[in-house]
Amino acid sequence: MVNTKISLCGQILDNPIIAAAGTFHYGYEMASLYDINMLGSFSCKGTTLEPRFGNPSPRIAEAKDGVIISIGLENPGVDAVISTEFPRLQKVYHKKIFANCCGFSPEEFAEVAYRMDQADVVGFLEINISCPNVKGASRFSCDPALAKEVTRLVKARCHKPVFVKLSPNVTDIVSIALACEEGGADGISLINCIHAMRIDLKSRKPVLALKKGGLSGPAIFPIALRMVYDVSHAVHVPVIGIGGIETPEDVLEMMMAGASAVEVGAMNLVDPYIGKKLVLGLPEAMERYGISDLSSIIGVA
Amino acid sequence: MKEENCEILENVLLSENTYRMTLRQQEENFPRPGMFFALSLPSFFLRRPFSLMDHHDSFFTFVYKVVGKGTKAMSEMRAGTSLNALLGLGNGYDLSKSGDHPLLIGGGSGIGVMVDLARFLLKEGKHPLVAVGFNRKVEIYAEEELRKMSLSYRLFTVDGSAGEKGFPTLALSSPHDYVYACGPFPLLKAIALTDPVPGQFSLERRMGCGYGCCMGCTIETKHGPRRVCKDGPVFEKEDLLW
Repeated sequence: MVNTKISLCGQILDNPIIAAAGTFHYGYEMASLYDINMLGSFSCKGTTLEPRFGNPSPRIAEAKDGVIISIGLENPGVDAVISTEFPRLQKVYHKKIFANCCGFSPEEFAEVAYRMDQADVVGFLEINISCPNVKGASRFSCDPALAKEVTRLVKARCHKPVFVKLSPNVTDIVSIALACEEGGADGISLINCIHAMRIDLKSRKPVLALKKGGLSGPAIFPIALRMVYDVSHAVHVPVIGIGGIETPEDVLEMMMAGASAVEVGAMNLVDPYIGKKLVLGLPEAMERYGISDLSSIIGVA
Repeated sequence: MKEENCEILENVLLSENTYRMTLRQQEENFPRPGMFFALSLPSFFLRRPFSLMDHHDSFFTFVYKVVGKGTKAMSEMRAGTSLNALLGLGNGYDLSKSGDHPLLIGGGSGIGVMVDLARFLLKEGKHPLVAVGFNRKVEIYAEEELRKMSLSYRLFTVDGSAGEKGFPTLALSSPHDYVYACGPFPLLKAIALTDPVPGQFSLERRMGCGYGCCMGCTIETKHGPRRVCKDGPVFEKEDLLW
């Protein structure tokens, strides 16, 4: 018997598999496919203070081994999420989620996080300073001072562990991670998607209505792995590795790079059962590589 | 929704750039017409969503047009190949709302769905009039299927090279008490803005997942944002915004 449990800020997860924000909606619809309680956790759709429709269409473009997305944080607003979506979720899910909080000012981040902090089903706050597809929302992930300020304001108003989700679209991701740690972050999650675009040869125009979006999927795994490695060696708080995870072996590799847990994103969009497959496949992969306790491989590389 | 590896039973050219593929399924996954499935293609990341033209317990048939690399690759696939598919997606048409004399309007790739829907409506004892529109004669498909059924059928081409010249919206002048439609956006819009009777439209949108997770295909409706893949693809005509 192998041990897949991991500890995150004093909370024990049954396994490190977390569905990433924006690829799992608010969870309850996926519960008709498999028991989502088998996941370590999941991060809910990025949520803002006010309802948002998001960006114009097309907001999806395909890439080799990945997808470029430009949704623009469509969500019904934090109050509707807490009053409508969470009760639906709690009928089918008894674990804790990551509340993915978004905003357009440090105060809005803090307000969304404060309201999410009160919700029973929320175990962790994931402060998404890195959405690449909303004008003005990603500047918090590019400036260490702003990233620290957002983190500090959120921490001042919340009790639950705060993870700050970082953008790869920066020169030095380590400096941003360190700033968040100084601001009081309990953990760092990375990476959000990578700025990207496609052009339609027939129309000679960008495929996406807003021209550019964020690339995710297996194509970005080695980039994410490198950034997780760099950040986890610099900070003293736990790191969640995100980016292109597709197989149990990818989970192990990401943890060896320094991640305490992983989030699975783009693969949820092509294989609705990927979470289940990873959870069920992980023990066998651990045995194959002689790993009895998953925690023992964190950052060994 | 069910994931299944489906064997290609047939993949044939029907008309210009338009193919018909038949896939095996272990059991019926499409209780309502207008539901769809999402096909995984080797070496392409995203699945491709398609609606059905026909389906039975052990197989289903759909029509696709070659528009990009994915559909080009599909056109070269041989019978016997297996493709991973998510079956039974979307809401499908609600037949209980139809009057006795529904008008079905299909344009281009949307015509296959109308064939399937007409079959269901006939079983319900309705008397459908099916109006289909193509740009040119060389694009015509599904004519044989429609002529075999005991229904009224009108064929339109934009350039007049076959059937009546013009758009299938000309059929709106025929008596009908309900309208079903699937086709290009301008066609649906023309119906919505000129025809007073109630109806249901099936929408086509670029999709990410096909099952409601990514919000890639959201449209604005009178009742707020809706996902075409999960809340649709069939919407009440009255709920759509133009």
